[in-house]
Amino acid sequence: MELYEELSTDIRFIEGLNSCMNCGICTAICPAAEFYDYDPRLIATIVHSKDEKRIEELLKSDVIWYCGECMSCKTRCPRGNTVGLIIMALRSLSQELGYFTESEKGRQQLAIKRVIGENIVYKGYCVLPENLVPEMHPEQGPVGEWIFQNKKEVYKRVGANYNGDGTGALRKIPQESLDEIYRIFEITGGFDRLDKIEHFSKIKAESMGFTEGRDDYSDYISHIFTTNNGKHNRQ
Amino acid sequence: MKQEGKIKVWQDYQKEIADDHYFYVRSCIRQNFFPGSEQTFLKILRSELHKDIYENPHHTSCSGIGYHSDIVPFGTIQTIVARQFALMTEAGYQNIAVSCITSFGIYNEIIETWKEFPAELDKTREYLKRSTGRTFEIPQNVAHASDIVYKFRQQIAELGHNRLINHKTGKPLKIVEHIGCHYSKMFPSKGIGGAEFPHVLAGMIEAWGGEVIDYPERRHCCGFGFRQYLIMSNRGYSISNSRKKFESMEPYQPDAIVSNCPGCPMFLDRWQYVIEEMEGKTYGQNGQGIPVMTYEEMAGLVLGYDPWDMGMQMHQTNVEPLLDKMGIQYNPDLKYAGKDGKTIGSPVMVGCGG
Repeated sequence: MELYEELSTDIRFIEGLNSCMNCGICTAICPAAEFYDYDPRLIATIVHSKDEKRIEELLKSDVIWYCGECMSCKTRCPRGNTVGLIIMALRSLSQELGYFTESEKGRQQLAIKRVIGENIVYKGYCVLPENLVPEMHPEQGPVGEWIFQNKKEVYKRVGANYNGDGTGALRKIPQESLDEIYRIFEITGGFDRLDKIEHFSKIKAESMGFTEGRDDYSDYISHIFTTNNGKHNRQ
Repeated sequence: MKQEGKIKVWQDYQKEIADDHYFYVRSCIRQNFFPGSEQTFLKILRSELHKDIYENPHHTSCSGIGYHSDIVPFGTIQTIVARQFALMTEAGYQNIAVSCITSFGIYNEIIETWKEFPAELDKTREYLKRSTGRTFEIPQNVAHASDIVYKFRQQIAELGHNRLINHKTGKPLKIVEHIGCHYSKMFPSKGIGGAEFPHVLAGMIEAWGGEVIDYPERRHCCGFGFRQYLIMSNRGYSISNSRKKFESMEPYQPDAIVSNCPGCPMFLDRWQYVIEEMEGKTYGQNGQGIPVMTYEEMAGLVLGYDPWDMGMQMHQTNVEPLLDKMGIQYNPDLKYAGKDGKTIGSPVMVGCGG
């Protein structure tokens, strides 16, 4: 597979890369570049080079997972490039080829798939109150913990319709609507993406010594959710 | 930039906002963290402004957080969004009112993609027909819910009981406005005032008597970054970006922060608590945090709504300093009560909430 050619089929890539003159304004404005050892200008330079080896290295690296997709780069680029869109195309291809499991940040995709992906397909939401387990979300503080422990009463107090029928915030999405979302995932390639994340992650988990057991690689999920080797930040 | 320059920019970026008859789509994040704000928005439109706004229980997440954390392909999200448009079309509406900034950005991205790549529109129509049997029309008007509040800000001011004014000193409250990145950074023409000097929240603050704080990191991202918050080991990115904003706004002594994004007010609220826990640092006055609110909560306070009815007890950083400055009456004993005053326990407050 020619990687550049494959990237060129992604509309985000077509829209995101026009003609970079390496001015670096994207790096100056980028929230990720301040925090991580990340330079969006270099992303544009590498893909512009059409150097297959360098693009493959990029697809296997932590670097493409540093972007927060805020799209601040879009606003300021004098040539109308959007590195955030290029990143989206690179991440899609990295997952298609299984390269995402070669980096610590890339491996995190399985945890996102297991929570956000399965919420969307089976509940019709990206995020649910049940996900905000205090141990996993200490930043939510005492109020978050209080909400989590009193979900039904708190949401009722503020007018939400938590798990209820009909309209309202946090209503239960009718099954026939969830069935439609399921079919959309089947027909549009949504499940292909989710299945590939599972497939390549399981191979990686086994190679790292994790076993499936009865809990579908929960130790591996816990590992990728919490591990940070401390080498990602700008020094 | 001087005020005259901003006014010129605002004039260059005006958008049409439908006057009535909206199809409402909710936000995943806001339903979790600020459900009272969505409820307040609907109450303002229906009861105060007497507008027609319709919610269909069959609409779902747009899948935007999945898309921007790269587990949902573009073809999939286009079809999910097309399904929302189909529900709108079937209900007889042409104007969509979007609660979420991520969704708003995605709706604009997809509609613009369909204009530039008509084959994508054809493919999406086919996908939707095959998967659901539905067909759709593209909305004539796409407005973020904050656009609609902005449009009616003068009417809200006239209906209001309160102003964004310190009732003891008579001076305007100093408000920091934070615009969600996807409101207009991708498509400046889709936001009121463009991307560099958006006027959507500034216009509300000014109309309701407050003073907008301009500060160096005004347009900096709150640090959500999708995967950068979703994964525990990435959250240093998120808090660092919020901290950068707090440090930048602190010298201006803001009385409150207001945002039109789902995640931003939650992060700007929660990270203040975390920074105090980690460093003992607070950014508000008298050792307190800076109260953070949604634009619906701000509108609701102006209209005299009860802060606990709107869900302001779901904030980690106490909002009472703001309420006290505005002279708003509230019952502290009912802050953490359930419906009809039911006792359900209360959080053990520390830090900015203590």
